[in-house]
Amino acid sequence: MNTASIALATSARDTVLPMTPPVKVSARGLNFWYDKFLAVKDIHMDIPEKRVTALIGPSGCGKSTLLRVFNRIYALYPKQEAKGEVLLDGENILDPKYPMNRLRSKVGMVFQKPVPFPMTIFENVAYGIRHHERLSKADMDLRVEQALRQAALWDEVKDKQKESGLSLSGGQQQRLCIARAIALKPDVLLLDEPTSALDPISTSRIEQLIEELKQQFTIMIVTHNMQQAARVSDYTAFMYLGDMVEHGQTAQIFSNPSKQQTEDYITGRFG
Amino acid sequence: MNEQNSHIVKSYDDEQRGLLDELIRMGQMALSQLEAALDVVERRDDRAAERIIGNDEAIDALEQQVNHDVIRLIRRGPLAGDLRMILAALRVASDIERIGDLAANIAKRSMALNLAPPLPHTSGLGALGRMAARQVRDVLQAYVERDGEAALRVRASDAELDTLYTGLFRELLTYMMEDARAITPCTHLLFMAKNLERIGDHATNIAENVWFLIHGEELMPPRDKRDESSSTVI
Repeated sequence: MNTASIALATSARDTVLPMTPPVKVSARGLNFWYDKFLAVKDIHMDIPEKRVTALIGPSGCGKSTLLRVFNRIYALYPKQEAKGEVLLDGENILDPKYPMNRLRSKVGMVFQKPVPFPMTIFENVAYGIRHHERLSKADMDLRVEQALRQAALWDEVKDKQKESGLSLSGGQQQRLCIARAIALKPDVLLLDEPTSALDPISTSRIEQLIEELKQQFTIMIVTHNMQQAARVSDYTAFMYLGDMVEHGQTAQIFSNPSKQQTEDYITGRFG
Repeated sequence: MNEQNSHIVKSYDDEQRGLLDELIRMGQMALSQLEAALDVVERRDDRAAERIIGNDEAIDALEQQVNHDVIRLIRRGPLAGDLRMILAALRVASDIERIGDLAANIAKRSMALNLAPPLPHTSGLGALGRMAARQVRDVLQAYVERDGEAALRVRASDAELDTLYTGLFRELLTYMMEDARAITPCTHLLFMAKNLERIGDHATNIAENVWFLIHGEELMPPRDKRDESSSTVI
């Protein structure tokens, strides 16, 4: 594990977090192209372990792209290319030799729209586990229960695990997707606007869940909701036109950002 | 608030400007109440003193309005500079309201003073009052202009006010020891002096909020304090 301390643009007075956590993921000179369009420009950033890092910025700024690089999901699409390094526990996941299977089990992702598989609630969670492990029925039951409990969904679905995942409400579906992601016991959880399609109650449930999950996982969340970023994250990175403008402790970014661009964006003065 | 760039939502700017206008009006009212109160002490004018006491309600009403507007602005979910602007406004309003109260109290005590023959020692109070009024005027200016350096200067000169107050405190104690008949008026004068010293403290609070407005939670440089009256014996 890379235990180098994190260099962030914060001043020494900001003692919101008791100690500097070790680095889990680092981007080093990361560039990303959609064909000829450079969408992410020379990003250097350290993501602290077991903390929530929020990525904010206007649409098209590259924040979702950055998130997609962290699990190489872009590799599924033609003409998309990343250069530079993304170190997960010190190993470059962009190296073609880094096994995709291992990456998928270490980095989970949840998308904006809940996308349960068209199968039972139980199978939605068990499906991914079967790809990586062979478990007895009892062990699998236990594992699914564990994931559903962690995703704060167990009480609502324990008596209907045989029903379709699509029968659940939007908020429940999103928690099912989170259960599916954490069932693989990943280290890192990537959340791409996980609540933008949800009502305030379901949103609160997910936010509460994020707070619980960060005890165990390193979380990165892309959100367009500034208040949400301020509420759930420990660190915030502001991106604009593919550049990392400012990255620091959330308490500092939302009370006294050091860059005018950040200030203008988070206070609704862009344009 | 950020002057160069306006909010995409125009009414946000209007509401912030309205809040700032109310605070400026409040500040001007408190300052003129203070100046008027010092004047009635000098002129021994009971009717003017009563007017000052009555005027205090207007400041209180404005503070209510500020609180109401702050709540409305908080519903917008302010962040960064907006958050600091709104938080500072709430605190500054409360300091201005206290300055108004203390000024009204000076006017009220002047009426008690007027029941006795004029004392020669009110001149020290005048000097203290002029200095307190200057502090208030300067800090309000620093607030309106968002001038952190000017705020630091106001905060630093509070020590002078404290020194002057401690001196007056000793002086009044001496008068009281010399002549028991001076005890009643001198006690009122002591409270009035204390009010002025407190007004200086509220000006300092406002200065600290001007600093917060600009620099966030970054600490201000240290300063010295010279109000020794709580440990003064003669």
